[in-house]
Amino acid sequence: MANRRQLVAVGPIILVLAILPWVVEPYQTVLLSYGLVFAIAALGFNLLLGYTGLLSFGHSAYFGVGAYAAAFAVKYLKIGSMELLLLAGVLASALVAAIFGLVCVRYTRIFFGILTLALSQVIWSLAFKFFWVTGGTDGLRVPTPRLLGVSIGAGQDKMAFLAHRYYYYVLVFFLASVAVMWVIVHSPFGKALQAIRDNETRAEFVGVQVWHYRWVAFLISGVFTGLAGALWVPLNGLTTPDILVWNFSGEIVFMTVMGGFKTFAGPIVGAVVFNYLKTFAVGYTVYWQLFLGVVLVTLVLALPTGIMGMVAQLSQKWKRTPEP
Amino acid sequence: MDTLLIHILNSLLYAAVLFLIAGGLSLIYGVMRIVNLAHGNLYAFGAFVAAWTVGLLVGGATPTPLLYLVLLAGPLGAAALGAVLEPTLLRPLYQRPEEYQLLITFGLLSILEDLIRLIWGPYPLSVSSLYEGMGSLNFGESIYPTYNLAVIVVGGLAAAGLWAFIYRTQFGIVLRATSQNMRMAQAMGVNVNRVYVQAFTLGCFMAGLGGAIVVPQQGAVLGMGVDALILAFVVVVIGGLGSLEGALVGALMVGVVRELGITFFPEVELAVLYLMAAVVLLIRPAGLFGRA
Repeated sequence: MANRRQLVAVGPIILVLAILPWVVEPYQTVLLSYGLVFAIAALGFNLLLGYTGLLSFGHSAYFGVGAYAAAFAVKYLKIGSMELLLLAGVLASALVAAIFGLVCVRYTRIFFGILTLALSQVIWSLAFKFFWVTGGTDGLRVPTPRLLGVSIGAGQDKMAFLAHRYYYYVLVFFLASVAVMWVIVHSPFGKALQAIRDNETRAEFVGVQVWHYRWVAFLISGVFTGLAGALWVPLNGLTTPDILVWNFSGEIVFMTVMGGFKTFAGPIVGAVVFNYLKTFAVGYTVYWQLFLGVVLVTLVLALPTGIMGMVAQLSQKWKRTPEP
Repeated sequence: MDTLLIHILNSLLYAAVLFLIAGGLSLIYGVMRIVNLAHGNLYAFGAFVAAWTVGLLVGGATPTPLLYLVLLAGPLGAAALGAVLEPTLLRPLYQRPEEYQLLITFGLLSILEDLIRLIWGPYPLSVSSLYEGMGSLNFGESIYPTYNLAVIVVGGLAAAGLWAFIYRTQFGIVLRATSQNMRMAQAMGVNVNRVYVQAFTLGCFMAGLGGAIVVPQQGAVLGMGVDALILAFVVVVIGGLGSLEGALVGALMVGVVRELGITFFPEVELAVLYLMAAVVLLIRPAGLFGRA
């Protein structure tokens, strides 16, 4: 009955998230928006790692494709509606994930990881080299879009817009993504993925079409990450090839492992915490990579189940009630 | 005709350096089944150590020919670092799923990247006097730096030496036995922990050697490790993870394609390399020389 307990905890969390822009500094709200956007990406990523048992080292590709598709739509089609930008991001990332997925899902373990990495680098090198299309390392600027047809008023503060209207916009998409992912992993499809993760051969025996299921999981995973990329662009105001480099894929992996990839909420918690941690580290020292690296190494050695795994262990210890 | 020769020499130059990096990566994977994401940073570490050591001695009383030998400080430094890293960070993880090994080497990559910046600062180190000191050779109308030829020779010697080491020595037999079947080797009395640390150290030595020999030509710059890692990946994926012949053939292929790419289609040079790796994986998942 862990599920019901989790559902009870969700109400207060949503309430806190909803009133936050009225009680904290705009900067904090914007920072949290970044965290929520990354949480959508990590949630999508974990459908592969946590539920299907496939470690992708190339998810920056789908995030970046989502972001660049939105930026292209602004630059070349002069689209200003956020909904259409999201549509562009989702469609583009779905297309790329569908094609890459066809190639990748035939492999598992280390080969899957390297193949996803290599393919994501193809996208990166194209964005990097075709600078007359993508702006190269300068990237593409994305101005403040219209939300539901309403544009930001002339002379209105962009920070205020991001901290209020855009925050709620992101929050709605975040909550919807969580709900959809929850349904997916608890559906027969989600159970089939877990069967594939635990024992591919047996899953095949009971009639699961392994490659087909993996491909669909890959596609869904890519779309979630692409949606996150498209939501991220107006927040950042700019997209550069940096989000396509495989180091960013590594950060998505890092978030998920830090939160705990064996739990549903792990990637969400990990993404938000990682975003704070990275912002703090970047502001505090130029050697933030060193800091994050030490955190990651410590986590892997000492706390492999992540934050949520630790929480689960602690709460069991306190209750002293063995799991039925 | 001269330009063709120059292109061939340039391809061999890339291939020589790539073989040293990718060969080390492949050796480590072959023996320990670990894909070391920090391998490129060990290459960078070797480059920085070599540049720094030579920089201390250059202009001093040390005769110039000796300075080329001092470059060896790079591979020795990288090997020493490897000898420390394997027992402390990697050994605790052999019993865990391989995801954790990828993660810890990713963490190590971040740490080494900044550690290099912390030790040597953000500016490139260069020892171009060693590069210029060798002069250049004339091929008809074209001239070619002698140092580049030396790099090709070192790459060739390293490949031959490694082959002899692995196929002609007692240690090579133990190494191959361990990579074939770790438990069986252990049952036959092989000290697997020792073999692992030796293999890892040897792999790091090769990466460091690669770093040290490019230093006179390119200098030691931040970020060189990550770039090299991705290219080394392409090489081992094409050649087959864990196969030294594969690393050699892969390095030659990547060397040629890169040279052609830089000359004729610079925009898609990198994309073509990654696609090449992806295509090889599709046709032969284990790579051209891999066993799986």
